[in-house]
Amino acid sequence: MKELTASQITAAVRELCVEANYRLPQDVTDCLRRCRQQEDWPVAKEILGNILDNVAVAAEGDYPLCQDTGLACVFVRLGQEVHISGDFAAAVDEGVRQGYRDGYLRASAVADPLRRVNTGDNTPALLTVDLVPGDACEITVAPKGFGSENMGALRMLRPSDGVTGVKNFVLETVKNAGPNPCPPIVVGVGVGGSFDKVALCAKRALLRPLNQPHPDPFWAAMEQELLEEINALGIGPQGFGGRTTALAVAIETMPTHITALPVAVNINCHVTRHARRVL
Amino acid sequence: MIEVTTPFTAAQADHLRAGQSILFTGTLYTARDAAHARLCQALAEGKPLPFDLTDAVIYYVGPTPPRPGRVIGSAGPTTSYRMDAYAPTLLDQGLRGMVGKGLRSSAVIESMRRNHAVYFGAVGGTGALIGRAIRSAEVIAYEDLGTEAIRRLTVERLPLTVVIDTLGNNLYETGPRDYLAQQNQAK
Repeated sequence: MKELTASQITAAVRELCVEANYRLPQDVTDCLRRCRQQEDWPVAKEILGNILDNVAVAAEGDYPLCQDTGLACVFVRLGQEVHISGDFAAAVDEGVRQGYRDGYLRASAVADPLRRVNTGDNTPALLTVDLVPGDACEITVAPKGFGSENMGALRMLRPSDGVTGVKNFVLETVKNAGPNPCPPIVVGVGVGGSFDKVALCAKRALLRPLNQPHPDPFWAAMEQELLEEINALGIGPQGFGGRTTALAVAIETMPTHITALPVAVNINCHVTRHARRVL
Repeated sequence: MIEVTTPFTAAQADHLRAGQSILFTGTLYTARDAAHARLCQALAEGKPLPFDLTDAVIYYVGPTPPRPGRVIGSAGPTTSYRMDAYAPTLLDQGLRGMVGKGLRSSAVIESMRRNHAVYFGAVGGTGALIGRAIRSAEVIAYEDLGTEAIRRLTVERLPLTVVIDTLGNNLYETGPRDYLAQQNQAK
């Protein structure tokens, strides 16, 4: 049995909020560099250059990567052998509160979706906990900007819609989003499960490193095909035209019901942020 | 490179064409969802606005808080379509330019043509670069809205792209179309 205190959780979440908002993960930066080299449309190449310059400026620590420092999506893989003294969810929220305050990050949360008063400290976190074997507590903070989040879509397809139905829905969603989600985008796709679980699959897909395909060759091939088809749309960086509309497509799947083929598309902008720590 | 300054007159606006890169120097007023709602409510009630819209340019942005010694934090554009419901009302009052990112409605584009106004794009997701280029920032209205308050910004040679011009030409249509045409030619 491992003992952790609420204050250890708070300290880790606080640091991860700051780190994620100032340092773009290396795999995303590498992918942006590669896409810039491959891009032959001048305005697209220039914008990808601006984006890489922005990554460098943010890493100096004075200005976050994006002014939309997101809602704090916190994913925890909690070992069954870990005991936490104190209120776990409150400790996570306190970490978000401190991280957003001390990191000079934006408070973007409203307490009520229609009455819309800002909570002032970016809480609550959007917390997802998985109970897993072992005695480690792995915390991932993925600040999610909502310019891209608002472009997501979910549809309950029929099983007969098949591969074509899934691909068409992804392409249609990306096409409709056009320049709005700050392309080049990362496309998280969930397939299977239920109405609620498929959305979580799509969100989790965005946590995967961009250079890591799905372990099942069937789905890895679909990721690659979708990426090529999206980049043939011509939307380009910022929607001004070009090859680089998406950096990657990541699909996560779940078993589903005999009647069902749920599909969810969760779009992320090029500022695909996440930071991870194991306690 | 084309230089644009404020006040941003109809004559300046009419010269710009979709797809051009420009350098913007002068005053930008920040406003996004909540500030737009208040501006339009003030107009509906016949109350004065906190700044003169004539030949003004609004930047759709909600910055991060400044670190000590800085004038502002990260300050890139937010998605513009959420302001579409309000933009024609402000354009009719003399607003000449908008800076943001993403698609605009046909009603906004029609109002832009009628009012000789321009829609500029800033590069979304480059808030650190843009924030560092802002020379001064001062809250002038609706301070209670926090990041959504109206700020007067001074910028010097901020790089922007003309996305929709006063004739209604739209880079979001022509850019991808021209790119695909070039790709087809190359095949």
